[in-house]
Amino acid sequence: MTPLAGYLLVAALLFSIGLAGALTRRNAILVLIGIELMLNAANLNLIAFWRYGPHPEALTGMMFAIFSIAVAAAEAAVGLGLVISIHRHTKTTDLDQMNRMKG
Amino acid sequence: MQEAISITPQLTASPIAGILWLIPAAPIVAAGLSALLKQPRRKASATLAIGSLSLSLLFSLVAFGHVVSDWAHGGATREVVNLTWFQSGAVNVDLGWVLDPLSAVMLVMVSFVGLLIFIYSTGYMEHDENYTRFFCFMSLFAGAMLGVVISNSLLLLFICWELVGLTSYLLIGFWYQKPSASAAAKKAFLTTRIGDVFFLLGMVWLFSQTGTLLFYNHGAGSLEPLALAGLLATPAALGLTAAGAIGLLIFAGAAGKSGQFPLHVWLPDAMEGPTPVSALIHAATMVAAGVYLIARVYPLMQAGALTGGSTAALTVVTWVGAFTAVFAALIAVAQNDIKRILAYSTVSQLGYMMAGLGMGGVAVGMFHLLTHAFFKALLFMGAGSVIHGCHGEQDIRKMGGLKVDMPLTCLTYAIGMLALCGFPLLFSGFWSKDGILDAAWHWSVAKSPFYMLVVGALLTAFYMTRQMIYVFGGHWRGNKPAHESPAVMTAPLVILAVFAMLLGVVGTPAWPWFRAFMDGHAAVFELHGFSEPGLLAVMAASTLMVFIGFGLAWNLYVDRSPRPQEPDELERVTPMVWGWLHDKFYVDEFYGVTVIAFYESWARVSDWLDRRVWGGVVAGVAWTFGLWAQLNRFLDNNIVDGSFDKGCDELGVGGGLLSRMQTGRVQTYLRLLALAVVVLAAILIWSSRA
Amino acid sequence: MSLVFYIITALTVAGGLASMVLKNTVHCALALTVAFAGLALFFLNLDAQFAGFVQILVYIGAVAILVVFAILLTKGSETPKGGVFSRTWLAGLAVAAAVFAVLGWAILHTAPMLPGASPAPTATVLQIGQALIGRYVLPLEIVAVLLTAALIGAVIVAMHEKEGTK
Repeated sequence: MTPLAGYLLVAALLFSIGLAGALTRRNAILVLIGIELMLNAANLNLIAFWRYGPHPEALTGMMFAIFSIAVAAAEAAVGLGLVISIHRHTKTTDLDQMNRMKG
Repeated sequence: MQEAISITPQLTASPIAGILWLIPAAPIVAAGLSALLKQPRRKASATLAIGSLSLSLLFSLVAFGHVVSDWAHGGATREVVNLTWFQSGAVNVDLGWVLDPLSAVMLVMVSFVGLLIFIYSTGYMEHDENYTRFFCFMSLFAGAMLGVVISNSLLLLFICWELVGLTSYLLIGFWYQKPSASAAAKKAFLTTRIGDVFFLLGMVWLFSQTGTLLFYNHGAGSLEPLALAGLLATPAALGLTAAGAIGLLIFAGAAGKSGQFPLHVWLPDAMEGPTPVSALIHAATMVAAGVYLIARVYPLMQAGALTGGSTAALTVVTWVGAFTAVFAALIAVAQNDIKRILAYSTVSQLGYMMAGLGMGGVAVGMFHLLTHAFFKALLFMGAGSVIHGCHGEQDIRKMGGLKVDMPLTCLTYAIGMLALCGFPLLFSGFWSKDGILDAAWHWSVAKSPFYMLVVGALLTAFYMTRQMIYVFGGHWRGNKPAHESPAVMTAPLVILAVFAMLLGVVGTPAWPWFRAFMDGHAAVFELHGFSEPGLLAVMAASTLMVFIGFGLAWNLYVDRSPRPQEPDELERVTPMVWGWLHDKFYVDEFYGVTVIAFYESWARVSDWLDRRVWGGVVAGVAWTFGLWAQLNRFLDNNIVDGSFDKGCDELGVGGGLLSRMQTGRVQTYLRLLALAVVVLAAILIWSSRA
Repeated sequence: MSLVFYIITALTVAGGLASMVLKNTVHCALALTVAFAGLALFFLNLDAQFAGFVQILVYIGAVAILVVFAILLTKGSETPKGGVFSRTWLAGLAVAAAVFAVLGWAILHTAPMLPGASPAPTATVLQIGQALIGRYVLPLEIVAVLLTAALIGAVIVAMHEKEGTK
């Protein structure tokens, strides 16, 4: 197995873990945590491909990952703000109870 | 024997002929208006009837005067007005009316006698509550009879003939609540119907042979030489030509209407109707329609006869007429109802008319019809007056001595009776009957009709004298005293009596005005007309018979005045003969056993067929339809509705299932997203496994 | 694959697992931080030093703190009554397993085609800086706008509403 494949596998594993958590945990914040984990796994993928890819001097992968980090941060901020707002209205962060859109 | 007729047909009709249709139309319109009135409008209906018939009389007199003036100026004329009723393919069906001496005379007679009877009825029917209906029907009858008289088309004649039969039915059964009256009306209608079937057959045959039903149509009519030649050339069954066969068929219709044997059975029963009805319809006019019909189609009946000879059709007419004359006279001898005696007398006299037509020609028969109309109407109205005066009694054994209580009625009745018997010289009946006897004496075929008619004359005198003695002679045998009738009833009697005496003047051999008028040549007054061979002998013979009849009856009945429970004088002398005569030779019973029983069994068969077979078919069809409907309902409910409902339910279920996806929870949606990605990725990877 | 790689893998995966499995939400956030750190180590191992430090700065320094603040603001430290996992957690786990299976399959399927070891690239800060201002100036500016919008948005969303405006 090439190093790249190893990194990719790890990234896939992290991604799946993050997805599992996002899909199974009740707390909304933990879903966001899972999403962050998924984003991080994607970043790992990007950097791994940059390192073992054809043109590392073009810095494409690096840039991509940096921008991804920035955007992820912004998104985390907004998402958490939303969760706080929801908590203020419904007094809970339990996703199982948030089914107003049912039907 | 029939002399040559010279009536010249006119090419164009005069204005009088043009409006001839008004004569029957006026009473029919009056009948229609009368039908719209409610019952108690007595004055209105009587006024309508009398007014319309007066109008008809007026027009008839004008027409008669026109024809007479034409005749006086050299030759009688015949004017026709023909119309096409409808066309069916290449065939025209025409109607029309004719104005010639025959129709002119009949018009005047029918409307005059009718008018007198209408006036008489206003008195006779005064206490009846169905006054309006009576005059409505009488007007309808008058209109129809006048239509028969003027029609130039056998079809139009038939239509009016049937209408006359209908009104006769309605009037005989006027008091329909009485079962005997409604039965008599049915009997009259059905019996004449039998004759009418033959009439219709003859009519259809004539139409198919000659192509037209018009009598006179400027050479193309069915009674004109061209058509007659064609009919003579066509042979029919039993050695007859088509002309003879058609003539016999038409005579069958006339026999029904005029009560010849064997279709005479309805006339005596028709006395159930009110007396004015009997007077008008069953004495003067309707029964005369049959005689008139034969007179009208006389060219057809006479076609093929050699001069001085006769045809098969006319021979049959003569024999039937002569037989009927004697037959009915015999029955009249043994009757006890005043109107029934007169009814049988009518049948007998109709036989005389038919015999006269057969042996002597149109003028002879028609003259007797004319005189008979007047004196028979007189006799019937007199009988009505008697019945009215005796408070509704009709049995002569319960009357008597009325010459004291009802002198005017007695006098006019006596005049009528003498006219009927043929009392010499002063009375019209003598001249008309002698005309017939004279023709019979000179008949080329046989002499028997003459002897039969002479015997008939004897019997006529006998039974009329018997009736007169029973009713007017002796002493009163009834319960309540009788009274004379009011003037409105006796005045017409007087008028008719005058005519009964004076009408003979136009028919004497010395001045044969009537015959000349009918035949179209000039009338000359010549006394030596009396010296024709055999004429005086015949006159003497008939006079002798009349007096023998008077004498016999006088001998038997005068001063006896038997009560109802005692047997009649004649019955005491010859009980068996009396039984046969009294029971009308059992003709009705014979019919009951044969014809009516036959029809009843057929009616039962038809009823069974209708109920079981046709009814069964209809029920069967209905049942299959019901079955079909049930099947449809089953299909509709269970299959169509069921499948539709099931489909909708499944949709609902599917929707329910699908809506379970919409949990409203984010994580569910995320899962589905991820699943979709997995599937897509798998597909991509799989497809790139090259 | 060197030993370092396996150690870092173990750390990161443990941190990730822990963050998803632990009951206490604060513990989860802290485990997440460990995972972030592990990822930073991965970046450093991959000669992406700048990305690694950015990872530490942004994720551990900001996002993790943010998460902890959010947990504290929503009373996440209290354990909920019905359990921490949803009622249908098995389906979610199955889906995640399927995803991993597909990804693993893809990776292993193309493993022979992947490039092998190669010399380490140089990515100096100067080069990154020049790239940011040069080639990637547009994304830079857009991210700047995005960050501003996100900031304002987050503030507005999470702000206490005044009584009179609603």
